[in-house]
Amino acid sequence: MPGWLIDFLWVVVKVTLVIAFVGVNFIFMVWLERKLSAKMQARIGPNRVGPHGSLQLIADALKLFSKEDIKPAMADPKVWALAPVVMFAPALLVFYVLPVGPNAVIGTDLNVGLLYLAAVSSFTLVGIFMAGWGSNSKYSLLGAMRAGAALMAYEIPLVLSILTVAMLAGTLSVQGIVQAQVDRGYYFVFPGIVAFIIYFICVMAELGRGPFDLVEAEHELVMGYQTEYSGMRWGIMLMAEYTNQFTAAAIAAMLFLGGWDGPFLPGWLWLVIKAYALVMVMMWVRWTLPRVRIDQLLDLSWKFLLPVSLLNLVVVAIFLV
Amino acid sequence: MADQIERSIGAGVQVIEDAETMEEALRPAHLEEQAGERRRMLVNFGPQHPSTHGVLRVLLTLEGETVIDAQPDIGYLHRNWEKIVEGWTYAMVVPFSDRNDYLAAICNEQAVVGAVERLMGIEVPERGQFLRVLVFELQRLTSHLIWFGTFAMDMGATTAFLHAFRERERCYSLFEEITGARLLYNYLRIGGLRNDVPDSWLKKLEQFLDDFEKEAYPSYWDLVINNEIFRVRTKGIGVITPEQAIAYGASGPVLRGSGIRWDLRKVDPFLPYDQFEFDIPVGTNGDAYDRAIVRMKEMMESVKIIRQVMKRLPDGPVMAKLPRALRPPKGQVYNRVESPRGEVGVYLISDGGTGPYRIKWRSPCFTHLMLLPVMARGHLVADLVTCIGSIDIVLGEVDR
Repeated sequence: MPGWLIDFLWVVVKVTLVIAFVGVNFIFMVWLERKLSAKMQARIGPNRVGPHGSLQLIADALKLFSKEDIKPAMADPKVWALAPVVMFAPALLVFYVLPVGPNAVIGTDLNVGLLYLAAVSSFTLVGIFMAGWGSNSKYSLLGAMRAGAALMAYEIPLVLSILTVAMLAGTLSVQGIVQAQVDRGYYFVFPGIVAFIIYFICVMAELGRGPFDLVEAEHELVMGYQTEYSGMRWGIMLMAEYTNQFTAAAIAAMLFLGGWDGPFLPGWLWLVIKAYALVMVMMWVRWTLPRVRIDQLLDLSWKFLLPVSLLNLVVVAIFLV
Repeated sequence: MADQIERSIGAGVQVIEDAETMEEALRPAHLEEQAGERRRMLVNFGPQHPSTHGVLRVLLTLEGETVIDAQPDIGYLHRNWEKIVEGWTYAMVVPFSDRNDYLAAICNEQAVVGAVERLMGIEVPERGQFLRVLVFELQRLTSHLIWFGTFAMDMGATTAFLHAFRERERCYSLFEEITGARLLYNYLRIGGLRNDVPDSWLKKLEQFLDDFEKEAYPSYWDLVINNEIFRVRTKGIGVITPEQAIAYGASGPVLRGSGIRWDLRKVDPFLPYDQFEFDIPVGTNGDAYDRAIVRMKEMMESVKIIRQVMKRLPDGPVMAKLPRALRPPKGQVYNRVESPRGEVGVYLISDGGTGPYRIKWRSPCFTHLMLLPVMARGHLVADLVTCIGSIDIVLGEVDR
């Protein structure tokens, strides 16, 4: 077999594995969220389809597939139809630089991996904006505008908090950052606790979850930018949302909690375990707190998170020098 | 057409002059540049919206997300209550009155039943009166629990909603045991109650009150009311000044939230409320937070009253001796009660027959909904939802 063919097949295998993982992860996370929220709300949660309701989502997906594909008459057809795909693509792109073990990265160990992550993960906004604008609905538009305003606010503290990690590790490569934590024997969450908390808050805002679900605030904007979507188009949006949640947690696990590092179990499993621990914290917060208002989110970001993250950066820099 | 729209939504929104339908006239308006003004958008908030507490439509004029004007459009649940009951017998009016404010059925019944009793001069036996106070306050508790759950839900705190409904469920089971129904009871009769309550039921009620006071109630404060996000979301939102509250005819927690100590249970006792000790919580600023606090504290006052009733419950019949056919004398009467939402009043005109000649229903929700434009103006869309939640409306009663 020629070399290029082997390379090509290898890529196909990897992509298939990632997509399979994303699918399984989606099913599991939705089930987990339903069960966890049910526990918190003194309910039982899904318990009919499959053991403990674990196959509920498959039943839901069948329902979504069988629904009529309703397209709003006033929508911009191309932009509207493309939006779910554009939302989903960045969720997959993040996997490219995820290190799953020593000397094992899913795609390539980019030497600017951190930059890549920051760029790709904020790309979801384009999809949200396309959905909001393309739907030609007022609620969708309001949701998309909120997303735009919020992105400006939380992206800067987010990047500043990531920068702290880059300074601690002395590299922008994600694998390098994890390796640095393994080599030094401590995780960056300890020196970078402030950065970790800021990252966590910002990432919840970016994902539109928890108390920051303004973009799709059900009780204000019906469903925000998703209002005009139904059937599997909406399903893909939901899938993108959950995948983004997992990747955001995985990034946090790599930058602050040592990524694949851990005893006994294989590296990728450790990464998944750590990511899920963070995902569960996000779900806990989401099902506990009321929603903040858009101006309060912006206030929090500009007036609190940004100065604190800047200060944190300076303090870390002084200590490193 | 253009005039009509101009009237209903106020000036400042561009409309197409020769438009045939409302939709056609308003469609392009949301992106049309105004001469010398910023872009305004007209949004139909409801009637099918997750947080309008029923079938309410609000015509919103927005500038960005800021509410310039909010005009409630009601009538989607109109059932012609007042006309239908004309010609019915009084006994038939009582169960239909349940359907007005379906979250506080007992209070509606008391309004109707009390009016007939006053007209005929019927004296309800003491045990009957005490039990009426008991169910009345239990009803207030369930109603406030629903308000708490839905208000928290409007803020995005879905968990509190289900926690409130868990306790409400126990209340409804208690109601079911004595009345046979969970929501619309038809429990009060002209002259007393349908049936007495057994002692075992009182024990169950006692158990519920203990659990509620010790576990559920403090957890509501921890989970929602004392939450920092809840505070910043409600403080200073939807302010109603005392003058506005009086001018619009507000009553109940909305009036008390604005700092006016006015409670019909004290100022115009309709049941033996003057025999029990309880406080009237009042707010200071008249914002959504104060109204929330007033309702939260009222829950505990209700528990206090129920406990006193149980301690002093006399023996005896619950139903007065009445003639077969009720024929109140010619005349008119206004009977008002303090429902969880405010002053529910029945203005009854009798022509001496077996049924009302005319009944006018005074709805607190209707009055409070008219305050919505006052409250919402200048706030954000998210605050509009807070405002609607904070006046605790039941659309079934607004439209009647």
